[in-house]
Amino acid sequence: MNKELVFKRVAFLSATLILIVLVSIFIMLFFDAKSAINKYGVYFLVDSRWNKTIEIKSTESKTNPSKLIAKTSKTNDDVSMNNDNLFADDSSVLGDSESLDNSAGDKAVDESVDTNTNVKTDTIFGGYIPIVGTILSTLIAMTFSIPIAMGIAVFLSEIAPDFLIKPVGIAIELLAAIPSIIYGMWGLFYFAPIVQNTFGGSQMSLLIAGLVLGIMILPFMAAITRDAMNTTPDVIKESAYALGATKFEVVKDVIFPYAKVGIIGSVVLSLGRALGETMAVAFLIGSVFKVPGSLTNPTISIPVVLANNFGEASGDMMSSLFYLAFILFVFSFITIGAAKFYFLRGRR
Amino acid sequence: MAKELIMDIKDFSFKYAGAPKPSLMNINMPVYKNKITAMIGPSGCGKSTLLRSINRIHDLYPNNEYTGEINLLNVKSDEFENILDIKKENDFIRLRQRVGMIFQKPTPFPMSIYDNVAYGLRLDGIKDKNILDEKVETALRDAAIWDECKDRLKESAMGMSGGQQQRLCIARAVALKPEVILFDEPTSALDPISTKAIEELISELKKDISIVIVTHNMQQASRLSNYTAFMYMGELVEYNKTEKIFLNPKEKLTEDYITGRFG
Ligand SMILES: Nc1ncnc2c1ncn2[C@@H]1O[C@H](COP(=O)(O)OP(=O)(O)OP(=O)(O)O)[C@@H](O)[C@H]1O
Ligand SMILES: [Mg+2]
Repeated sequence: MNKELVFKRVAFLSATLILIVLVSIFIMLFFDAKSAINKYGVYFLVDSRWNKTIEIKSTESKTNPSKLIAKTSKTNDDVSMNNDNLFADDSSVLGDSESLDNSAGDKAVDESVDTNTNVKTDTIFGGYIPIVGTILSTLIAMTFSIPIAMGIAVFLSEIAPDFLIKPVGIAIELLAAIPSIIYGMWGLFYFAPIVQNTFGGSQMSLLIAGLVLGIMILPFMAAITRDAMNTTPDVIKESAYALGATKFEVVKDVIFPYAKVGIIGSVVLSLGRALGETMAVAFLIGSVFKVPGSLTNPTISIPVVLANNFGEASGDMMSSLFYLAFILFVFSFITIGAAKFYFLRGRR
Repeated sequence: MAKELIMDIKDFSFKYAGAPKPSLMNINMPVYKNKITAMIGPSGCGKSTLLRSINRIHDLYPNNEYTGEINLLNVKSDEFENILDIKKENDFIRLRQRVGMIFQKPTPFPMSIYDNVAYGLRLDGIKDKNILDEKVETALRDAAIWDECKDRLKESAMGMSGGQQQRLCIARAVALKPEVILFDEPTSALDPISTKAIEELISELKKDISIVIVTHNMQQASRLSNYTAFMYMGELVEYNKTEKIFLNPKEKLTEDYITGRFG
């Protein structure tokens, strides 16, 4: 048996495995989210209502742009069996006992409602708030951590005296290995009060979550960036110095371009981590479905919604959660892809 | 006689940080103006160490110890200045603009061919596009590489061949109009044809620039240089006109080395 061939096959299989996992996650998310996608459509992205019970009036179907309204109001005139199902799904609104006890009279009540005032209720889910929360907390984290991480990396690879390089380097690697929940606890008890005292606002907020998220990804980003910078050969740096460059110019013109791929890799990986971070953010963002008027207001992010609600979710809510997960997946994919494409284009 | 000197190294000793013993001991060596000085000697004898002392690249790393003098002629005042006295960053930059350096392996920067050559000029504060264009072209012509790259100036320098990259690095150094260029085994990573091109280039350059070259290739030293220094174990064993060193060495050690009996 040809060893070379076996090796090639194994390598090929490992590579395809990643693709298969990726595609199957995509498909799984899509199918589980499908009913929510059909029901709420793209409007989900900008709808700030979550788990909100609304009344549906068939006569007013025009006033609301949501696809849902048009659809349900149509079914009102159809078989009442459909309506029963709708109510059963939304048992949380009506209360289980009621709908079960009166199951016999249900039809009558429904019809009377239909004919008299044409009012029905449904629960609406929209992803606007968690989507905004995710984007903003990630943005805060990235703006905060990128410059500091670059600074640390430059310091460690170019400026620091020998006796500092080792201990600081090890400290950073240790920080990068701390589980995120610990950052969450530390953030809640020690960091949040400081932020609250300086910037005001509530005890938990978008700003606090973003900053702790930034602190959390910082060591990771710094460590990888430093490693990338250290791959710049000494002679290349020396030849820049030999042309009369200062340290700053060497870092800017030689080390950064040389380490570009690694640096962007580190930023992109950190971005992915920040987008999907759950525990640390769950501690700090406040977990309320409110559009944050300012950075110091509490709000919620997609991973936190998912973690908080999956336990008791069913029906529309379950599907909406999958819709959110699907959005997060696609969004991460696009941002990371775009970042890589944009920064690495034209590279040989 | 003294007027023909560009550099004068006096009693120079050098010890690397943390090294148990010095790598250079009491080196005394002149460098003549518009001449080529070759440094030969077995591996580890300190050639690179001496070369790198001359533009103080060593000072990028902390805690090296050195004593003695390395005097460089200030062309304007016609006086020698000891470069080991330099302490300010600006003076280091001036020194390195006056004393260029080419390394064993080509060291193109990850940027376009044009930007590579313009790099040192821009650092020197030249911003005018026309002046830059002109200086870049002159430098590339001086380095005998203009014809090969005039149509691809905007392309990355990383895509050139090794020999082309080395000539690009020479162009980059030449662009600054240095007084001295130091070559550390500039052709040891190149094929014979590129080597020949570089050797021709170096002999051309000596019209305007004084040259110190480290080489392991005896033919190269004898073909190219006017003066030769033979080093051994951190000491300068013999220094003389190249013909004398190769035809009629005074020291037994030198003779053994150039006839290939050791090293
Ligand atoms: N960074 C360093 N730290 C400590 N010792 C060093 C360092 N670089 C070189 N040395 C030592 O200094 C001595 C001279 O080294 P150098 O590189 O100058 O030799 P060389 O003549 O250039 O050799 P080669 O022909 O192999 O390039 C050697 O003994 C080497 O081990
Ligand atoms: Mg050497």
